[in-house]
Amino acid sequence: MELRSYIIRRLLLLIPVLFGVTLFIFGITMLFSPIMRASLYVTDLRQMTNIGLVIETYGLDQPFWVQYGTWLGQVFSGNLGWSKVVGMPVWDAIWSFLPATLELAIFATPLIILMGIFLGTQAAAHKDRPLDHGTRVMAIFGWSLPTFWLGLILIMVFYGLFRGLLPPGRLSIQMDMVVNSADFIRYTHINTIDAILNLNGTVLLDALRHLVLPVITLSVTQVAFIMRLMRSSMLESLGKGYILTARAKGLAERVVVNKHARRNALIPVITVSGYVLAGMANGVVITETIFTYKGIGWWAWQSAVRLDIASVLGFALFNAVLFVLVNLLVDILYTRVDPRMRLGEAVQ
Amino acid sequence: MTDWRFMARQLARNPLSLMGIIIIAIFAFLAIFAPLIAPIPEGHRDPYMIPRDGYSATPRPPSEEHIFGTTQGQYDIFYGVIWGTRSAFRVGLVVIGIVVAIGIVLGSLAGYFGGLLDEIIMRITDIFLAFPALILAMAIVSALGPSLNSVMIALIVVSWPSYARLIRGDILQVREEDYIEASRGLGASSGRVIIRHALPNAIYPTLVMASLDIGAVVLTAAALSFLGLGAPEGYADWGQLTSFARNWIVGPQGDSLKYWYAVTIPGLFILFFVLGWNLLGDAFRDILDPRLARR
Repeated sequence: MELRSYIIRRLLLLIPVLFGVTLFIFGITMLFSPIMRASLYVTDLRQMTNIGLVIETYGLDQPFWVQYGTWLGQVFSGNLGWSKVVGMPVWDAIWSFLPATLELAIFATPLIILMGIFLGTQAAAHKDRPLDHGTRVMAIFGWSLPTFWLGLILIMVFYGLFRGLLPPGRLSIQMDMVVNSADFIRYTHINTIDAILNLNGTVLLDALRHLVLPVITLSVTQVAFIMRLMRSSMLESLGKGYILTARAKGLAERVVVNKHARRNALIPVITVSGYVLAGMANGVVITETIFTYKGIGWWAWQSAVRLDIASVLGFALFNAVLFVLVNLLVDILYTRVDPRMRLGEAVQ
Repeated sequence: MTDWRFMARQLARNPLSLMGIIIIAIFAFLAIFAPLIAPIPEGHRDPYMIPRDGYSATPRPPSEEHIFGTTQGQYDIFYGVIWGTRSAFRVGLVVIGIVVAIGIVLGSLAGYFGGLLDEIIMRITDIFLAFPALILAMAIVSALGPSLNSVMIALIVVSWPSYARLIRGDILQVREEDYIEASRGLGASSGRVIIRHALPNAIYPTLVMASLDIGAVVLTAAALSFLGLGAPEGYADWGQLTSFARNWIVGPQGDSLKYWYAVTIPGLFILFFVLGWNLLGDAFRDILDPRLARR
């Protein structure tokens, strides 16, 4: 099968999944009475006095499928409802909070991948020796750590014991003023990238200092996850015949491990990258909440505790669509990386 | 069953899994004997509500009266973590129990009968697996209204699809085996073939996943409680005790670790509980996966 027709087939398979996702999200909103759902559309308290009119205007007493159709039409035109927490449409809220979260992800993702692969490789190469035991114990602790608790402990140490070293928030107040001044052009709203583009070293340094703790908090669990996977995948790869061949022809152990074994051991890591991203999305909510780092996760938490259903469901829908697409990308990438998976042999 | 005896011997031999068993055993002891370890005060109605000693916000350090100190609102931390062990076991075991049951029913139906039924069940799992777990759980809890029951329902909703898929895959694998064919040839009904022959041979990977997942479920439940979407205020729950400490992480200048006990103690309980299940699950997996055992 050609790659193109594979992609087309996968894109077609997306339709029922996305249909189901929207149906499910809409189903959750339908748990509420028409009056409660009407309040989602209320942006002005005066409207509350005539809630019946709101229900009628938005057709909230219509049959399920009619309402679903209306709602889906709205979603497609970019209307996910009104976010009470920030007083703007949900869709706008997502886009305004996204850069902050992307900034976290830009730093956390390479850290997770490189650390996980490095530690996993080392553990496998030194199997059953102290290094292996050490990293394994670290991994299982890292995997069992409550992210929110780790964040609080880091805060206790760095906001308390080493006060001022790694401050809370996204930027310190002075830098925030610099960033919002007329001389500073906000290209992306990602502070570090904007600082580089504006050639402003102090803002860059300040932004980086604020990022250290959230990035660590976000990464630990995922590093442990990748490390464990990489270790077992490396062990399997090191047991293969071609490794024996490589060793027999007298190649240095370093070359055998890093070139011959690792390349093949990476395949399972690629297949789980969708899971890692999902894990990060979960982690972002907790991390941003703890560090009052105002990104999309912080906003979602604010919405959830204030029972702002439109925002929470909009956020969930956004995530679901994102992950369905990422997983598709991963699968396509997978067929490129593993030649055995090419051209539909995977089907057998 | 010799299988179980073999497994017990393997578990006892590996130091890490032994540690897992000991940790879980200690927690089980704490949960069962909670009324003796942290006695319910005279006239206290609901034992799962943590008794308070005053209403002041500032936590008080460990003392003879409160050996782990009190947290924000003067809730006794020792009482909270001991009775919280019961909450943790309840959430973990109830959620995993129900999820495994759903997974077995839907997974075996899909795997054994295949065809349209399989297609429908699998496409439904696709929908649920499209969401990051915590985010879907958060949405469900805020829709149902925050409570411990909502948390459990949400965790069931987000966890069942993985089990249905796992069991379906295992059933698909054993379905083609000769002994299944043989029992079918002898005129056994579909139900009998699934329950007596297919499932017992497909169940081990599910057990591994279940023991690893009890930790994960308790972790997510704790996170939801921490975020303020779980147990009602004052309920014995580790996640909530951690969230009470949130305003008291950093002490005054010069004594910044003043309130260390308020955040550290409940967090350590969560960490070790989850660690125990993970160690146990890892050990199960190593024993049950012969490919790994050879290495």
